[in-house]
Amino acid sequence: MGSKFLGVSVIALAMAVSAGVASARDQIRIVGSSTVYPFTTAVAEQLGKTGGVKTPVVESTGTGGGMKMFCDGVGVNFPDATNASRRMKIGEFETCQKNGVKDIIELMIGYDGLTLSHSKKSAPTKLTRAQIFLALAKNVPGPDGKLIPNPYKTWNQIDPSLPNKPIEILGPPPTSGTRDSLHELMMEPGAEQIPAMKALKASDRKAFDAAWKTIREDGAYVEAGENDNVIVQKLEANPNAYGVFGFSFLEENAAKIQGVTVDGVVPEMDTISALKYGPSREMFVYVKKAHVGVVPGLDKFAQEYVSDRAAGDGGYLEKKGLVPVPKAKRDEAKANVAALKAMTGEGLPK
Amino acid sequence: MTDTSMAPPETGLRTFDYGSDEAQARVKRRYKAEARFRLYGLLAVLFAGAFVFVLLADIVRKGMPAFFEHRVVLTLDLDASLIDPTGRREIDVLRNADYNKIVMDAWRANFPEVTQRAERRRLEALVSSGAADDLRTAILRDPALIGQKVRFPVLLSDDADLHFKGLSTRISSVPGAGALDVKVNGRQVELTGSGQPFAAILADVKSGLAQEAERVGAELARLPASQQGGNNAALDAKRAELTQRVADLRRRAGDAASAEAIDFSAMPSRIVRAEGASIRLQEIGPGSAKGFLLVAPQRELSRLDSWMVATFATPESNRKASDADISWLETLKARGLIEKAFATRFFTSGDSREPEQAGIRGALIGSALTLLVTLIVCLPLGVGAAVYLEEFAPKNRFTDILEVNINNLAAVPSIVFGLLGLAMFLNFFGLPRSAPLVGGLVLALLVLPTIIIASRAALKAVPPSIKEAALGVGASHQQAIFHHVLPLAMPGIMTGTIIGMAHALGETAPLLMIGMVAFIVDIPQAITDPGTVLPVQIYLWSDLPEVAFQAKTAGAIMVLLGFLFVMNGAAILLRRRFERRW
Repeated sequence: MGSKFLGVSVIALAMAVSAGVASARDQIRIVGSSTVYPFTTAVAEQLGKTGGVKTPVVESTGTGGGMKMFCDGVGVNFPDATNASRRMKIGEFETCQKNGVKDIIELMIGYDGLTLSHSKKSAPTKLTRAQIFLALAKNVPGPDGKLIPNPYKTWNQIDPSLPNKPIEILGPPPTSGTRDSLHELMMEPGAEQIPAMKALKASDRKAFDAAWKTIREDGAYVEAGENDNVIVQKLEANPNAYGVFGFSFLEENAAKIQGVTVDGVVPEMDTISALKYGPSREMFVYVKKAHVGVVPGLDKFAQEYVSDRAAGDGGYLEKKGLVPVPKAKRDEAKANVAALKAMTGEGLPK
Repeated sequence: MTDTSMAPPETGLRTFDYGSDEAQARVKRRYKAEARFRLYGLLAVLFAGAFVFVLLADIVRKGMPAFFEHRVVLTLDLDASLIDPTGRREIDVLRNADYNKIVMDAWRANFPEVTQRAERRRLEALVSSGAADDLRTAILRDPALIGQKVRFPVLLSDDADLHFKGLSTRISSVPGAGALDVKVNGRQVELTGSGQPFAAILADVKSGLAQEAERVGAELARLPASQQGGNNAALDAKRAELTQRVADLRRRAGDAASAEAIDFSAMPSRIVRAEGASIRLQEIGPGSAKGFLLVAPQRELSRLDSWMVATFATPESNRKASDADISWLETLKARGLIEKAFATRFFTSGDSREPEQAGIRGALIGSALTLLVTLIVCLPLGVGAAVYLEEFAPKNRFTDILEVNINNLAAVPSIVFGLLGLAMFLNFFGLPRSAPLVGGLVLALLVLPTIIIASRAALKAVPPSIKEAALGVGASHQQAIFHHVLPLAMPGIMTGTIIGMAHALGETAPLLMIGMVAFIVDIPQAITDPGTVLPVQIYLWSDLPEVAFQAKTAGAIMVLLGFLFVMNGAAILLRRRFERRW
């Protein structure tokens, strides 16, 4: 009985394997950043419903892992597009070129911008990210550089030039994606601005990471729940309090709240799109030109991503939390996609 | 097997007086110790049982809403000129018709007073974008519907669904006191009545103010003290402001006759309902109130003899569904158009980014296909290896090393198998990414050691007399094993295999490397199609921000547990059926 079973199963497996290798791919495959994943999956689903092709498969591998797979080569075994929460690095571009991934279409899909905002009734504030770190972290470096529980109750204890106001910050709960951005875009760079923390990073990486990943729990930071609207109303009622938002929210409520100048830069559409404003980043999708026309629907996917109904103002991606690209830039992106214009590799970061 | 044979007791050296007090006390102590031990055991079992119960109850409580969905039954006008202008019933034309417009027209017709753009968008957001897909499917299945007017269940969006599942706000309704005169000006409404029809509501609002005053008072008391010589301007300003607010709130709470404007960011909303209309109160006095007409009445309003006041306990800005959303939904419910139904969609559709449309079929089929591959690969290989090692292999250093390594392999972290799968199956053999085939192969590597060890134990448990008898009547060694020993060991082998399979069913780590942790909408049809598995689906859903996905996560966990119960039940059944005792 055993031998018969074995024979059958070996034959079945051999058939399955040969079938798998022989068939070409008719489904788009996308890898990359988990930050961009919620947006790309929404576009993928929309394409599957209306584009007449199979719904693309989207994997969440992280930006770096996605780039590595994307640049490994051209062919059915390599992904057609990758999500990135930063721009492609020059080294990655070169790897791509070396492996035959010559023409890459770069789509800048929007921004992940984080603001600290407060009521228009109070005087404009300027903070550095180091000061934000000191106001928010559970443990901060003490006089001797060792980590101690956060002793700061008012802003002027952090820096005498700041007003003598109690530290009150309203922000997202740990389940929120905005909370991740708060850690990655404000807390970590803020910690790195402090010499004692920099020394800690060199000596004890784990303690350093734990420091910027842990927010104080003594009441100075208030988790304000699901609804960002609540934070706006609380900020209006309490001019001393600050709130943590995605940039799109600040813009929508510009009549009531103002953004804190961070590291000397005011959060505005222009400063974010020029990447001058620190706690922001661009989000990208890279598409392989060589796969367009081979994998059905890849061009449609790129077009859907830059279309008005997806990435435009009020589009479905904005509802999922994306800061949309200004119209002029989006039109440029649309033209690039229509012409399948490949990136040149000039001006890429190291 | 070491202490079964004991030396016989030596006699004559010491004699025991079993009746002495000392001996009796010793016996008592021993009985007590045993009773204590039994109690500890029972407590441990109860403790563990309580944990399991709490865990299961929590999952079931959270997961049950995922199995139900709410729909609104609308009469859709399936206009032939919209759906099939050519009249030839071509499948492409039918597929690309604008079904969303048909659904939305019928939906908006319920509330003709909604004309403003922003309000209309809110209203439209209550219907799922999947409703049009349902209609498309229905028409493609039965094109004869075109040209008719049909009653069709339209899926509601996740926020609307959550409202009906009681997750937006608590609503309490009380009848209003006395008759009201109504003055309607556009959508602004003024309600007046003889006597004091709003006195009870106003008192309720005032008690809310008193609570707020207490809360602000507590905040004031928490403020740090001013420092000597420091810059206390901001602190003092805040103190003055809070003191002012407390005084203001106390004054308003104390004056029972003054009218109050409702602050929708902090106070519960109050809605007057009568004649099918919903009026949100904006300003309440004891004898009159001003409000906004959220839902238009069925007839001209001038006088109301009976009316209800609904209180939405959560302030509007603290929930996703606005007062208007809830009023629309409750109005439809009162009209009998809302139906609650078992969400077959949860079992028939694949993943989606919209919670109300997401289902687990993709993951369920993916898990089944993956386990099928695992079973087909590892059962013959595992049993073959076990038979060879147990019955045929010579006992030498080589087989010793082999045995040690099989045991080691069973303890290797599962992610390592994923890396192996990536390097071997994907990069070397070029098998497709995300395919249940590769997932099954990787999981087969993972459970192979378990199956070999279990099978060897099962073979070892067959009494040697069976084999010896077979050999004694002239069977070859192979015949003795395959005709007699293996069939008797089969129940044990099956049990081991199914436990191994259950282990494989719960794995996610090795699948990460081979691309099965992915957003996959289409349901896999073959083992080479992209697919995902149940635990991965649970992990992916648990990570998404939409509230409705929490129920989906728990629901998927319930399905996974059900799958496990079925597999383990099969293991028990097989053992009962075929087990032999000697």
